[in-house]
Amino acid sequence: MNNHLRGLFITAVMVLVMIFTLTGNGLTAEMIKLGVAGAHSGDLASYGIPSVKAAKLVVEDINAKGGILGKKVEILAEDDVCKPEVATNTATKLLSQGVNVVMGHICSGATKAALGIYKDSKIICMSPSATNPALTQSGDYPNFYRTIASDDAQARLEVDFAINVLKFKKIAVLHDKGDYGKGLAEYAKAFIEKNDKAEVVLYEGVTPGAVDYSAVVQKIKRSDADAVIFGGYHPEASKIVMQMRKKKMKTIFISDDGVKDDTFIKVAQKYAEGVYATGPKDTSKNPLAIAANEAHKKEFGAEPGAFFLNAYAATQALLNAIEKAGSTEYEAVSKALRTEYVETPLGKIRFDDRGDAIGVGFSIYQVQNGVYVELK
Amino acid sequence: MEYFLELFLGGLTRGSIYALIALGYTMVYGIIELINFAHGEIYMIGAFTALIVASVLTLFGLNQIAILVLASITAVIYSAAYGFTVEKIAYKPLRHAQRLSPLISAIGMSIFLQNYVLLAQTSDFLPFPSLIPDFEFWEAYSHIIGSAELVILITTTIVMILLTFLIKFTKIGKAMRATAQDRNMAMLVGVNVNQVISMTFIIGSALAAVGGVLIASHIGMINFYIGFIAGIKAFTAAVLGGIGSIPGAVLGSLVLGLTESFATGYVSSDYEDVFAFALLVLILIFRPAGILGRSTTQKV
Repeated sequence: MNNHLRGLFITAVMVLVMIFTLTGNGLTAEMIKLGVAGAHSGDLASYGIPSVKAAKLVVEDINAKGGILGKKVEILAEDDVCKPEVATNTATKLLSQGVNVVMGHICSGATKAALGIYKDSKIICMSPSATNPALTQSGDYPNFYRTIASDDAQARLEVDFAINVLKFKKIAVLHDKGDYGKGLAEYAKAFIEKNDKAEVVLYEGVTPGAVDYSAVVQKIKRSDADAVIFGGYHPEASKIVMQMRKKKMKTIFISDDGVKDDTFIKVAQKYAEGVYATGPKDTSKNPLAIAANEAHKKEFGAEPGAFFLNAYAATQALLNAIEKAGSTEYEAVSKALRTEYVETPLGKIRFDDRGDAIGVGFSIYQVQNGVYVELK
Repeated sequence: MEYFLELFLGGLTRGSIYALIALGYTMVYGIIELINFAHGEIYMIGAFTALIVASVLTLFGLNQIAILVLASITAVIYSAAYGFTVEKIAYKPLRHAQRLSPLISAIGMSIFLQNYVLLAQTSDFLPFPSLIPDFEFWEAYSHIIGSAELVILITTTIVMILLTFLIKFTKIGKAMRATAQDRNMAMLVGVNVNQVISMTFIIGSALAAVGGVLIASHIGMINFYIGFIAGIKAFTAAVLGGIGSIPGAVLGSLVLGLTESFATGYVSSDYEDVFAFALLVLILIFRPAGILGRSTTQKV
């Protein structure tokens, strides 16, 4: 009797479960599921939370206009605490919930760990903040896109500018031995070496905070370089530039966004004139960026956090591609991402074959009459 | 050859700046056996004072040389006052304490002065006007050594000569040497030891201020942290030359400056500090008291 009842009970539960899951599927088929993954708690939460807010704002906006392809968009936010070992679970959980596309993850390491899982399930993943160059350049992850320039983008731009625009043949590459400066300098050196139009005549690290740099400056002079590409921050950059100019050297100085700082001009004064530096593209005058920031202030009562605009653009790009593709199917959405331009707060963007956004990233600035001017 | 000369003169300039600071370390050590870690901060305060004075005087439209001289004099007086006060506050009450106590007090003073300037001024780098003009007659050689570097070399040489004269031939110099040899004995024969110690701090601080003004106007920028790095290097130079010995401090500074310059010029600036400190280790292995240091038995 007991056994019989238990059997019946189990069958009933199973039937119920099946009914619910079936109806569940039936209901959610009408929704487009946007996964938002990243650090939503822990010490790096300040990088991840703004992306959730950005996604919410975009989705509210789109749902208010009737959704995409007649369907409402639903956000599934999952935390990965920026840890690779957690990110694989996050990805699996999102997949089990049936996401169509994922906006995230935030940190490069976590993104890389999750990407393999998305790739096997043919899910597109777009990060607003993962800058590790290999994510796109290795070609391992055709399902990966990003709306931020990779770490080597500045170095690539600097080298390209020096060789192709300024037509320089001899380039000295210096850095301040720090993670940021040395990383950039290494990329710059590699790009110049790959290019047969120019050569690296000097590659050195300087000691930050040293009393003076006269020996290094003499060395630059002796190397007969046309230009110096410097990876590092403004205090060292201004010392080097000033000592070069005082030695009557006209060597062009090209640097990075660590130098694209007004303090550099304030300190180096007249010697700063003519210095080139790369910096993030100016989006402050973009009406969509202004609108997005305003919407954030209205909804959350605060200034947006890190990568907010990148996440805003990523959400827009993903949803736009689904709309243009007419489905959430992997091949069609990928094609739409690569071919269809979309207006975002970062400007008008689409993606190249590797998944990097075209139209996002850095510009060259030059000090002209005491201010940095963006060169078009 | 020209390259060698450029590196040589560059190293000499850097060494001269180290020497101006190292002298303060070595004089204080010679007399009260204290490593005055706040000394680098006095150099920084000298540079800041000069910047403030120079900015104000520029408003009055004085000419450059007048500004340089007035700013330097103010910086020297102000820094000397700081050196005097630091000694009275942080070291004098600890004169008869264990040797470790004044050392900790010195480190505390260094941190205090750094943060005081950080709060009172700013944490940013500030532009420092090139107070040293580009001399026209020197224009032809300015690619080898600039006017500013030339002024640094000449000023340092003059200061060294004056200091030597002071110590060798004046009464206070004699009192300083006596105190350095044996403080108690000097006291017994009527030397006012407290006054001598104060004077040592004042002279050391004044020298550091001269260094601060010269290097700041040469490299064109200062912040609250410059004293720390310069201080560490100058201290190294003083140890290299034999701490407590005045010619040793000068020699050690020049050796350190030249080593750094040549290491950068002929090897790589990546290894600038490696060479400097490898040299220090080598010299201390063969001459534990430094190049010109006298190895005395420790008084217990």
